[in-house]
Amino acid sequence: MIKFLKDLKPYFKESVLGPLFKLFEACLELIVPLVIAKIIDNGIKQSDKGYVLQMSLILVLLGAVGLAFSITAQYFAAKASVGYSTKLRHRLFSHIQTLSYSEIDTLGTSTLITRMTTDTNQVQTGLNLALRLLLRSPFVVFGAMIMAFTIDVSSALTFVAAIPVLSIIVFGIMLISIPLYKTVQSKLDAVLRNTRENLSGVRVIRAFCKENDEIDEFKGYNQSLTKSQRYVGKISALMNPLTYIIINFAILWLINIGALKVDSGVLTQGEVIALYNYMSQILVELIKLASLIITITKSVASYGRIQNVFRVNSSMQFGDVKNAESEYSVEFSNASLTYKGAGAPSLSAIDFKIKKGETVGIIGGTGSGKTSLVNLIPRFYDVTEGTVRIDGCDIKLYEEEALRKKIGIVPQKAVLFSGTVRENMLWGNKNATDEEIYKALSISEAKTLVDGKGGLDFKIEQGGKNLSGGQRQRLTIARALVKNPEILILDDSASALDFVTDANLRSNIQKMDGERTVFIVSQRASSIMYADKIIVLEDGEAVGIGTHEQLLQSCDVYKEIYSSQFKKEEA
Amino acid sequence: MKETKNGTLRKVIKYIGRYKFLLPFTALFAVISVMLTLYLPLLIGDMIDLIVDFGNVDFDGIKRLTLIGIVIIVLTALCQWLMSTINNRITYGVAREVRRDAIERIEKLPLSYLDTKKQGDIVNRVINDTEQFSEGLLLGFSQLLVGILTILGTLVLLLSINWKIAIVVVVLTPLSLFIAKFIASKTYNMFKLQSKTKGEQTAVIDEMIGNQKIVVAFSHTEEATEKFDEVNNRLADCSLKAIFFSSLTNPATRFVNSMVYAAVALTGAIIAITTGNTAEAFTIGQLSCLLAYANQYTKPFNEISGVVTEFQNALASASRVFELIEEEVESSDENASETLGTARGNVCLENVDFSYTKDKELLKNINLDITPGQRVAIVGPTGCGKTTLINLLMRFYDVDSGKIAVDGKDIRNIKRRDLRKNYGMVLQDTWLKTGTVAENIAIGKKDATMEEIVAAAKAAHAHGFIKRLSNGYDTVINEGGGNLSVGQRQLLSIARVMLLLPPMLILDEATSSIDTRTELKIQEAFSKMMQGRTSFIVAHRLSTIREADVILVMKDGNIIEKGTHTELLSQNGFYSKLYNSQFAHIEKGA
Repeated sequence: MIKFLKDLKPYFKESVLGPLFKLFEACLELIVPLVIAKIIDNGIKQSDKGYVLQMSLILVLLGAVGLAFSITAQYFAAKASVGYSTKLRHRLFSHIQTLSYSEIDTLGTSTLITRMTTDTNQVQTGLNLALRLLLRSPFVVFGAMIMAFTIDVSSALTFVAAIPVLSIIVFGIMLISIPLYKTVQSKLDAVLRNTRENLSGVRVIRAFCKENDEIDEFKGYNQSLTKSQRYVGKISALMNPLTYIIINFAILWLINIGALKVDSGVLTQGEVIALYNYMSQILVELIKLASLIITITKSVASYGRIQNVFRVNSSMQFGDVKNAESEYSVEFSNASLTYKGAGAPSLSAIDFKIKKGETVGIIGGTGSGKTSLVNLIPRFYDVTEGTVRIDGCDIKLYEEEALRKKIGIVPQKAVLFSGTVRENMLWGNKNATDEEIYKALSISEAKTLVDGKGGLDFKIEQGGKNLSGGQRQRLTIARALVKNPEILILDDSASALDFVTDANLRSNIQKMDGERTVFIVSQRASSIMYADKIIVLEDGEAVGIGTHEQLLQSCDVYKEIYSSQFKKEEA
Repeated sequence: MKETKNGTLRKVIKYIGRYKFLLPFTALFAVISVMLTLYLPLLIGDMIDLIVDFGNVDFDGIKRLTLIGIVIIVLTALCQWLMSTINNRITYGVAREVRRDAIERIEKLPLSYLDTKKQGDIVNRVINDTEQFSEGLLLGFSQLLVGILTILGTLVLLLSINWKIAIVVVVLTPLSLFIAKFIASKTYNMFKLQSKTKGEQTAVIDEMIGNQKIVVAFSHTEEATEKFDEVNNRLADCSLKAIFFSSLTNPATRFVNSMVYAAVALTGAIIAITTGNTAEAFTIGQLSCLLAYANQYTKPFNEISGVVTEFQNALASASRVFELIEEEVESSDENASETLGTARGNVCLENVDFSYTKDKELLKNINLDITPGQRVAIVGPTGCGKTTLINLLMRFYDVDSGKIAVDGKDIRNIKRRDLRKNYGMVLQDTWLKTGTVAENIAIGKKDATMEEIVAAAKAAHAHGFIKRLSNGYDTVINEGGGNLSVGQRQLLSIARVMLLLPPMLILDEATSSIDTRTELKIQEAFSKMMQGRTSFIVAHRLSTIREADVILVMKDGNIIEKGTHTELLSQNGFYSKLYNSQFAHIEKGA
């Protein structure tokens, strides 16, 4: 709450003026019944047409001034809520930018996207409504009561009794039905999920002859949904009749008391009508207030979820080393990695040393830890045990930018961003010239592709939808090459390329200027068999490290992989 | 159009028909509650007229009217409650029955329908259209009834009290509707711009946050934030305009209403003064009653204009659901003349022709005779008809001409259920149900023991990764298996079949996302467990099919070559070309 107010501070003026003008408007509204009372008591009873006209003009004036006040209030409310949520979105986006892989995994990208979109919108709507109505409605309710006191104290006691009873009914029913509506929604979701499953799994369901079981299961979900809907329907159906009873009983009571008071001369007829009008005003505002509170509750929940993202901070502390020197480019000593929330380690006690300029092949089955291993090199994750060194220095001591600059990684999923080819290539190096980009493109066998599409200005659609899988892969490889990194990591990033292109690509990379350590992750033995060193992974353990020939002699897993892919005669 | 609309309406009435004994009640309660609600202000007006002045109060009259008032109030509330309870009952009941009919229909629809329709569209019909239809139609109907009754009632009462004032109200009130419409049309463009900009922003968020890992890997965070801020600031501008201008509707209509109120007060008071002591006197109680009506007269108008669109939407939704429910089902197999039991595994195709659409023929004159226990591999380029063949074997589709026989029995004479029980099928596109890993493996055998499940998983080489999941076999799989990799999902689908061990097996690219070494082990497991069982294997990877007893090479809907691996290689035909293209790299790489 304090945090929220602090964030709202830049819009202090708007946040105060908005509700204030709303209050002015509400005050005017409360005067109306008094004016009507005057018309009756002074105008009609005295047959004074001039007075009636005068008072009617006052009614018009009240309306006009109210309109002006209310427009002013709407403006301030809109300004504060839009301004606030714009800032909130900006801060949230910037905050997400500071998170490391671990936090992104725990929070989940789809969650983060919802926080950025739906939740910030909800906060904006809630704030806007709160500034407009949160003060107004209670003010009208209590204002009506106070006005009643100014007319007649003992009649006003009816208000004192009716307001709490009405509040209990309105809020009580809402409080009870909100969680019930949530249940209904989750049951509807279950029906939806079940329907979708029945469609996407139609072949499997029919192959296993599960049609009748599925119908029974659906009926169960369906019945339970209907039951909840009817239950909550029954409860919320109570709201209108109950409030109707209370408010009208109160009105009858007022008139009966009023009758006594008029008879004894304490009240006038017009004043009784004014009391009646005040009572009628209360119900409308109470219902408005209750639905406002629902919106605000939702907004508060959204705000809480957003704050939870702010509370997650990057678990990584970076050092200040910019450069180091060693004969070895990458060293793993006893490195293990267990992901947050995982039952078992994904990598255990990996040990190897790679000299500068060496090419390293990493091979292993599905889920054997290949990607986990290469993700440790740019410090996307921190090892849970052991150390990883680059140029002889523990990577935890490096400055973030300096470390990432050394490494070019081509991830498994070939992701490109909407924009021109050039813009995408500049991700690797902001200052790259067209010449440098073309060089990278020709190494990744993508130059003819880009030329064919019309050069570097070719527009890539979101997600690279206008390119094939193989084309995307070649471009993501080029993007990493534009960086001209000391260490290049290709994480199964040639899987969509045909064997010839794959082989050309590897030989192009070998021929690049300068000394470069290259990691190639692949399921294909043919992609890594000529590497200086091959690391064979199985269930997170390095079961073999060596050259192709050595491994064929010593490593059973490698032998099996090799023979599963090559003709038996050759193996 | 009118015809179909009436048709839809008739079907709707058929569904509501199950609740027809409730309908007269809801209409009756609606009429009573509206009439009583309108009568109450009149009664209160009368009471006020009894309180004239100091010493001039008719207490007996007030007492009498109060008692009537109490009865009326309670009766109104009761009718309101009964009406909404009945409406709820009908609405939710009809929705339930429509949804149930829809799902029963889905289970019986031919795959030719389901394959050609978008899944999202069907789901939408079952869920959203049903909801829209039941709520819109029934609640809309009752609101429409109440709304119209209220307007008519109010009008009659206004006229009966004082026609001059009635005219003031009737003329002025629509003004607020016009103003609301006017503001809505003026702000339409602002909203369009806002939602367009919002869309742009969502695209940026989707792209950047969705690929946050790449953004981090390339240290691109500052640029990403810049790009976001640019859109964010533009959104702030147009949102402010859209929100502010649209929020004018409320104050503006309220202003019009207060004008009406003032006008009623003015004319009412003047009339009251001029008719002062005549027999036609317009009383103060009547004035207060008119003021109350003037206040609430606009409400039903706003509601009704909403209800009409709602009603039209509901009808449109209803026709969409009914379209699904009335779709033609698969031919019945209740009268199947032959039973299959557990097949030996002899599969015979005779002169089979098949195409999905009339204008594009696919399978042409396929003849095949598979002896029990044979391992049949089907290869060929994309679109050659491999998967279609599987569709026919499982009888997801029926042949156009010719016949398919299992153990010598035409499969069209066997119940689909009997036929399918004899096949174990694993598709490339794996499907997992929401539920635990164990439940998913046991889908074909509900009473499987944990030992059997684990054994099946071990045979499918899925045990290793299942153990590493957070809750092992009790790990709940998300919808569609989103928390598992494609390879893992394929392993689970294989485990399902391993548990059942049916006499015949169909593997359609079932191991495409599994690494070659694991695949080899699974194949070994299969060949051990499937001894003597007929199997059909569709694969791209030629390493997968090398061991088959017979390889069918398909091209453009025909089987162009047939034989074992070595036979086909020596034929030097299409197969050997296909095979060499895949392994050409080895020589090249070396």
